[in-house]
Formats: sequence, structure tokens, C-alpha cells
Amino acid sequence: MAYGPHTPADRQRMLAALRMDSVDDLFADIPVGLRSSPLRLDPPEPEQLLMRRLDGLAAKNRVDLASFLGAGAYRHFSPPLVDQILLRGEWYTAYTPYQPEVSQGTLQSIYEYESLLAELVGLDVVSASHYDGAAATAEAALMTCRATGRGRVLVSRAVHPHYREVLRTYFHGNGLHFEEIPLAAEGSVAGTTDLAELERRLGDAENPVAGVVLAQPNFYGLLEPMRDASDLVHAAGALFVAVVEPVSLAVLAPPGAYGADIAAGEGQALGIPPQYGGPYLGILACTEPLVRQIPGRLVGMTTDVDGRRAYVMTLQAREQHIRREKAASNICTNQTLLALAASVWLAALGPHGLRDVAALGAARAAELEAALASVGVARVHAGAYLNEFAVRVPNAPAVHRELLERGVLAGLVLAEAVPDEPALADALLVCATEMTTGDDVATFAREIGALLADAGAGAGGSAAAAPVGVTA
Amino acid sequence: MAPPDLRYTKDHEWVRVEGDTATIGVTDFAANQLGDVVFVDLPAVGKAVEQFATFGVVESVKAVSDLYAPLSGEVVAVNGDLGSKPELVNSDPFGDGWMIRVKVGDTTQVDELLDAAGYEKLTAEA
Amino acid sequence: MSASGPRLQPTIFELSRPGRGAGKVPHPPADALDRLPAQHRRERPAALPEVNEPEAVRHYVNLSQMNHAVDTGFYPLGSCTMKWNPKVNEWAARQPGFAQLHPLAPDAIAQGTLQLLWELEQILIEISGMHAVTLQPAAGAHGELTGILMVREYHRAQGDMDRTDVLVPDSAHGTNPATATMAGLRTISIKAAPDGGIDLDGFKAALGPTTAAVMITNPSTLGIFESRIGDLLDAVHAAGALAYMDGANLNAILGRFKPGEAGFDVMHINTHKTFSTPHGGGGPGAGPVAVGEKLEPFLPAPRVLRQADGSFRLERVGERPTSIGRMRSFVGSTGVLVRAYAYLRTHGASGLAEITDDAVLAANYLKQRLADSGAYDIPFPGVCKHEFIASATSIKKKTGVRTLDIAKRLLDHGFHAPTVYFPLTVDEAMLIEPTETESIETLDAFADALVAIAREAEADPETVKTAPHTAPVRRLDEAGAARNPNLRWRPAAGDWTPCPD
Repeated sequence: MAYGPHTPADRQRMLAALRMDSVDDLFADIPVGLRSSPLRLDPPEPEQLLMRRLDGLAAKNRVDLASFLGAGAYRHFSPPLVDQILLRGEWYTAYTPYQPEVSQGTLQSIYEYESLLAELVGLDVVSASHYDGAAATAEAALMTCRATGRGRVLVSRAVHPHYREVLRTYFHGNGLHFEEIPLAAEGSVAGTTDLAELERRLGDAENPVAGVVLAQPNFYGLLEPMRDASDLVHAAGALFVAVVEPVSLAVLAPPGAYGADIAAGEGQALGIPPQYGGPYLGILACTEPLVRQIPGRLVGMTTDVDGRRAYVMTLQAREQHIRREKAASNICTNQTLLALAASVWLAALGPHGLRDVAALGAARAAELEAALASVGVARVHAGAYLNEFAVRVPNAPAVHRELLERGVLAGLVLAEAVPDEPALADALLVCATEMTTGDDVATFAREIGALLADAGAGAGGSAAAAPVGVTA
Repeated sequence: MAPPDLRYTKDHEWVRVEGDTATIGVTDFAANQLGDVVFVDLPAVGKAVEQFATFGVVESVKAVSDLYAPLSGEVVAVNGDLGSKPELVNSDPFGDGWMIRVKVGDTTQVDELLDAAGYEKLTAEA
Repeated sequence: MSASGPRLQPTIFELSRPGRGAGKVPHPPADALDRLPAQHRRERPAALPEVNEPEAVRHYVNLSQMNHAVDTGFYPLGSCTMKWNPKVNEWAARQPGFAQLHPLAPDAIAQGTLQLLWELEQILIEISGMHAVTLQPAAGAHGELTGILMVREYHRAQGDMDRTDVLVPDSAHGTNPATATMAGLRTISIKAAPDGGIDLDGFKAALGPTTAAVMITNPSTLGIFESRIGDLLDAVHAAGALAYMDGANLNAILGRFKPGEAGFDVMHINTHKTFSTPHGGGGPGAGPVAVGEKLEPFLPAPRVLRQADGSFRLERVGERPTSIGRMRSFVGSTGVLVRAYAYLRTHGASGLAEITDDAVLAANYLKQRLADSGAYDIPFPGVCKHEFIASATSIKKKTGVRTLDIAKRLLDHGFHAPTVYFPLTVDEAMLIEPTETESIETLDAFADALVAIAREAEADPETVKTAPHTAPVRRLDEAGAARNPNLRWRPAAGDWTPCPD
């Protein structure tokens, strides 16, 4: 057997100690009528053949394209030291640190992660991790209900559609309600949260609001008026949840600066590879008064009997293994190794490196905007952005498919991602990071320019069916 | 040892009634079961409590327990020391570890509680 | 490794010196951020540590050496299944074709991963005896919530709005009642029968028109196969409710019992238990959920679909309105699932059956060793499955030494402690699960250590009560940590314990 150590002699010895003849005797307690049919699976695959076959499967994915796809998962440079640390068995094969005396490595690393994120986010309490940004956001929304005793949460439609869908799933049928605040439609604030509508909904005295959720930057890459929103929210006695992108926090004002009570977000951007969706890193942070409401593990510093500094999981009485049906959340296993990965990445880059990563992305995104504009592809919105924005593209789904064949992953087709935003039916959400090269940008602009020119001239190509020169 | 002048609930709360004021806490038995108390969540002054309904939560490192009111009434005082020194519940559960003081509506409710002997019997069987 | 063994380390913040580090990425143009409006700019830079590569690497290497890990030794943790984490799985997940694929990549360029996920679903369908699988949940508890939300939706779709109770045995893992609460349902806990198994009459009395589901772990958290499970499942279905199986103990029944075949309607699987994906110090895991036909329409979206031409695609937004929706962003913790897939293909049908046979044999052997020694109470001495309970109740009565102390003393012997004080229904419990990947020498050494500690409890109880003595730190002030939580490093002077060196 692949990893099992037992020889036939070992098994004999064990059976002898049990005074049994066959291992089947140990399964006699399964009622005959419930015994299963044999497993109909392929035979064991030796490692050499498994690796060859997995190579073949991996080769069916294309990861070599010039990619401008972000939308909640971002490519960043990871110095090789990070993965070499993560490959140490003492890190990745360790169990949850319930016996702290033999888990100080894991415990200290979580404390350091909590501290690093607290600095970045500007809030003092950071959980040891949640599943991903979407689950963390849903839990943040639930926290606002518990903390205020109210049952109504407002979520901007500029928050990632996956996050809103998860909120819907978590809230559905629990006696809690959430409503979506629409996007502002006109002018310089188009694409950000409609603050006037937010204020109106907060003003319903019959239905007080527990919490309000906005993202910064928002799903469309735009910068939201977080301080103004925070003031409106607090004036109504509600709590303010900011959904954040951690790399941007190197250069953008953090939740602590604009009065957010809770921050949630996706830590994948902190050097974790995209991996087609996970495992990722749910960031969840709050102000100190809310500490007993935050779900998930917390690690604190303490001393041992000899006065040594030591670390331990603390405030465990919040969690499911103690509070059971009264626990705020059922979370047990979290994303500890990814919290370590993020910490090592932050240590490897340092504050200046992190800022440079954010600034390089911003610079490249400005180049991208200019290059696309030069071939007639303009931004949908006018507001400020960091490194991601939407561009107007006629027949976006077909153009996107065609560009794929020409070696460009041209961001996200918004018609497919947010079909309930008709104003964005002909648009692509594109992003640039420090990994985007000047050649990538030039290729994208050249190819899309050519495609749209062909479409305009009515000559050939799959985009030829597009109406001429249409912009919304 | 359960002080003889107190009355007790089956959930290990004690109450000392003086006139129409009742002082409430948890017993040494409860404190022992819980281990080191780290946090006590108590109601605000002015809040109403109802006999045998929960009025708060006591937390230790490894356990959590609802607190049940022995008598109905209105909270007139809360032990502010427990915020910074929750360990008082362990070190002096019948004295400095008191939790809330309540103005009692109906003192005959005391008759529904255990006396010291009854409580000793309960804990001996546990 | 440092010459003096595992040593305490200062925090990474204390290693920071201005000007250290840098050089990993190019400098941006000076005007890169000029276009950002002032009101959005960060005023005070984040005080992240500045360390050079050697300092950083030494920090994390030295920290790691204070950890017990599967790669360093045995974890007899009941309910956790701390089996070997195969190295080929790490290779597989890191293949750039898998690791660099963006989760929103068009289906056309994600065919390798989509095929892997689909094949994994088929394997789990076969193992579970169910009809369909979702790979979306990020952990077992996440899978539990997914399953119970589907159950709730199923009843509502039938117009059955009053089914708001979930019945669990009193030995249930804490995630079960916590899950019910998150789904807006009430938990009713049913006391066990004297033999430790489910009390059939107790369940039958509680089953009725308000029951949404029962949540059963099988084998139970006592490590015993629920032989009355067939009758229970009949009673559950007769009452119009559904049966959820907590799959934490799946390692005990591979190829011997298929929950779907037996009549369970839904179950979750912990890939980080049964299927070897590494624990990572607390995660990540993955919690696939398998369902019978009744619940298939409610699976989270998007599902992975296999098309007539053999290619694969994801369901489109809104394609299946009966779905309970999303449980997380994107498709799943694919990196974890690649590892599970590699493990399952490595073992195949015969390998998986062998895993269960060896895991159960090892547990019974270890239980016999301890029973023969007389050193511990074995409250359920009959045949167990992959784990069993020992208790220190008699030791405590004789010597005052408790399970907690024995657990800490085991650390001095180089073993991690077993699961302690769970399930809640057994006094001074130790739940011991050897798994199939520990050699008989390790099992014997562990039994010897436990017996030695029991003898030591009589001869020298103080040493046991103050253990561990050889770990990097000794017993911690957990009360202080909870009373005055210090949850983050603060650079300013204040109330903190001096730096170790």
C-alpha cells in the first residue's frame, strides 16, 4: 500500500494480540444489510504514472496568456523564499495548535499574522483567518446583526457579486434581511455606491440597519467615498463594514482611518497563487469592543509557568467546540497555512516592497488605460481607480473569445459576471499588476485595436457581427 | 460549603435576600466546574430579570455557562470589579465575586429555591 | 537547525531595522500614485517589519522547529485522522498549470482542472454511495452548513415550512449544533444509550413533523459503528425528515459502508482527514458534500458539467435557480482538491479498502495493548473502528492526576497528545486514533509511554501534573491570556513580556 507501513507479519501480530483470524472480524458489527458494494474505482496508480498523467491534465490549462484578469484574484510576484518556507513539513503538516507547548511555531506565526494585518488594516483585532473574502464578508455582516440586535444589512452592489451571493445564502431564511444599494448611474461618481440612496435607506426609523457593507476599491476598481459613507452609517447607529484588497492598503487609506468597525477581504493577493479559486485567505478584523463577536480563532501572547513569553489560542469560549449551538459561527478548520504564506510574503517584500507592488500596478494600469484609449477603447467610468477599471467594448463576449485565441486574457466579461447590471453589458473589467509587462499592454492594445477596426470595416473575424462603432 | 443564610438554584446560582434587595452570584461548586473565570457578561442597571430565565453568561478558559436568575426583579447594581478582575468569581464566589443586585418584586419566589442543605445534597449527588 | 535545539524567537517586528530588506521588485515611476486623490491616500505607512532575506528565513525556520508535525512524529488525535501527508500531492498542487490558473479563466483554458474536479466528484460519489457531489465548501464545518442549508431548502420547496429542528446525539462534535444555528434551526440533543450508541427510542420520540434532519457521525465519536443505524434511518424517513452524516470518521468505513447506499441523504467529507490533505497548522482543508437524488437540485452553484463532446464547463450564473446559491467565492479550494485527487488515484479501490482495514486493525490493537496493561479505563471494550476511548477516571481517583496532565506528559515522550475531553459525554476522556500510516513500532512505543505515565502518576504525581518539562515552553497562563487579551504586537512600550534573547 502506498504509504502504509504494515507488512503481513505486522498484521498477523496485531490480529494475534486480538485473538482474531481475520480483519473482517473487526467489521462484523456492520449489519449485513448495510455492508457496501465493493468500491468501483480504478486500481492504484504508481507515483511515476500519476505524475505523468497529472502533467497531461495541467497542460490542458492555459496559464501562459497575457492576462488582465483580476476581479477578486490577483497575480503578484512571490519571492522563492516564501514557497521554500511553506514546504517545510513542520509548517504544513502541523495540526491545529491545541497543545500550545509543542505548537509555538504555528501560534507565534498566527500572532504575527494578526499583527501584520492589524497594521495594514488599521483595526486592532484580526482573526486567525476565515475561508475566503466572501465568507469573511458574510460573517462580518452577521456580526453587525449580533452586535446591534438589529436584523437589516445594506450591501452595495459595487461589492463583488460572489460576495453578495454568499451573503444571500448565509442570510436566506434566518430572519435576517439584506438589501442591495444600487450604483450611482451618472457623472463622476458613476459606478460607485449611490450615497443618496444609502442615506435614504438608513433613514427608515421603522427598520433600523445593523450594518452597511462597501468595498474599497470596489468590484469595478473604483475608489469609494468611505469616510462619507462611514459617517452616514454611524449617524444611523449602524456598523460600517469595509471590504478591502490588502495590497492596495499599502497606498490607500485603511479601514481604521475612515472609521470602519469591521474589515473583511481576500488575502489571496498577498502572494498566494490563484490555484483556480483556493485555498485562499479570508481576512476578518474589527475594533476592540467587538472582539467577543468575531468568529474564528484568535491567538494571544501570554507567559508560561517559568515566565517565558508564549502564545496560545485564546477567547476560545466564542467558538463552536465550547459554545456549540450558541457559537457565533460553526467555523473550525480555517486557512492557517495561507495566513503564514501571507506573513512570509509581507516579510519578504517589506513595507517598501509592498508599496512598490501597489504603485507599479497603478503605473501599469495607467499605461493600459492610455494604450486602450489610443485604439478607441475607453473607460466606462470617470472616477479614480488604483489598478483595475472597466472599459467599454462592443460585443464584449465575442471580442473576449477572439482575444483569447490571439493570446490575450482580456479581463472579465461583465455581461456574464453581473448580468443584472445592464449598463455594463458591453464592458470588460481589466486589471494590471507589477506582473503585467509593457509588452503585454502593447499586445492587448494592438490586438483589440485590430479586432475593433476589422469589425468597424465589416471585414472577416468573429467580431464582424458587431454593430459598427457602438458604445453605450 | 454552602453558606446557610443563602438560597440556591439547581443551576448553582446563590442569592442573599435583604429586605427587597437580592444579591446574586454563582457558587464555589460552579466556579470549580468552570475553572478560571475570564469574563462575565452581565446586564445593565435598569434591566429586568425573570426568575429562572438567563440574565447573563460566565466564561472560563474552556467553558461557557448561562446565568439563571433566582428571583425576578430589576437590576439596581452590577459588580464593576468583575470587568477587570473576573477571577473574583473563583477566589471569593459568595463575597467579592457577587454579580448583580436586584430589587425584587415578589420575595415569596424565594420559597421555590433550595436552602443550603438542599443545595449540599444536590452537589453531593453530582 | 540551531545547535541548541528549538529556541524561542523574538517577533518579526523585533527583528526589523529601518533600511533592511528590499530588492525584490523594481522601483515604480516616481509619479505612479500622483493621480490618486488625496482623500484616498494612506497618510501613515503601515509599520510592517523591514528584514533582510537571511533574517526572515532564519526566523521562520527557527519558529517551525518548535512545532510538532506529522513530518516529525505521531499524532494519536481521535477524530482528526492525522495520517501521512504524501509529498507527491505537494508536487501536484504546485504544477504551474494548476497553481497559476485564474479562478475566472474561461472554461476553454481551464479544461485540465475542470476535468480533474469532475473526476474527483465521480470518485467521491462512488466512495459515498451518493448521487452527486459539490466540491465548493472550504472545510468540514462549511460542508455541514452547505448540507443543512440544502436540507432546509428541500423541505421548503415541498411547502414544509415547520421543519426547524435538527436532532443530534449528545456526543456530537460542536460544529453540528453550531451549524444548525447558522441555518436558523434549533438543535435537540439526544442522550446516548448505555452502550454509547444512539438511543433509538430517544430519537424516535423526538422525531416528528418539526424535524428537518438528524446529524449522525458514523462511526460515532466514541469510535463505535452505529449498528442501529438502519432502524434510525428508517425512522427518520418515516417522519419525513432527512439524514445527514458527519463524515469525519470516513477513514473507518472505506469500502465497508457507503452512507448513500445505507440511506443517508447527505454527508460531508473532510479531505484533510480521510484524504490526507495537510492540516497546515489549522487549515486549509476542504469539505466536499455528497448528496442523494433528493438534494441534487439544491447543490451550490456553479457545478462542473461534462458536455456531450467530453469537454467540461461551469454552470453559468443563474443557470440552476433551485441551487442554494454560493457558499464561497469561485469554485472551491482547488489546490486542496488537487492533493486529494492525487491521493485517491494513488490508492485506487484496493488501496482505499486497505486504508480502512489497517486503520481499524491498528486502533483495536492499541486498545488491546492498553486494556491488557490495566493502566487505563476502557469504557467501551468491544470492537472499535478507527479510534477508541480511554479514560483516566480511575487514575484521577487514585492519584489526582488527570487526562490533561497525562496529555502534557506525553509531549515529553515525543508524542502529541490524543484528543482530550471529547466527546463531552465521557469523563476524563482520551480519544485515540492511530490511523493506518503509523508503524507497529510507533504504536507499541506510544502504548508503552501511556503505561509508563500511568505508573508515574502513582509514583511521582507532581512530575506528571507539572508536565511538560522538555517542550520549548511549559504550561501557559491561559486565564491571563483570556482576561487581558494581547492579540497584536504593539511597537510602543507597554505591557509586554521581554524579548527572548
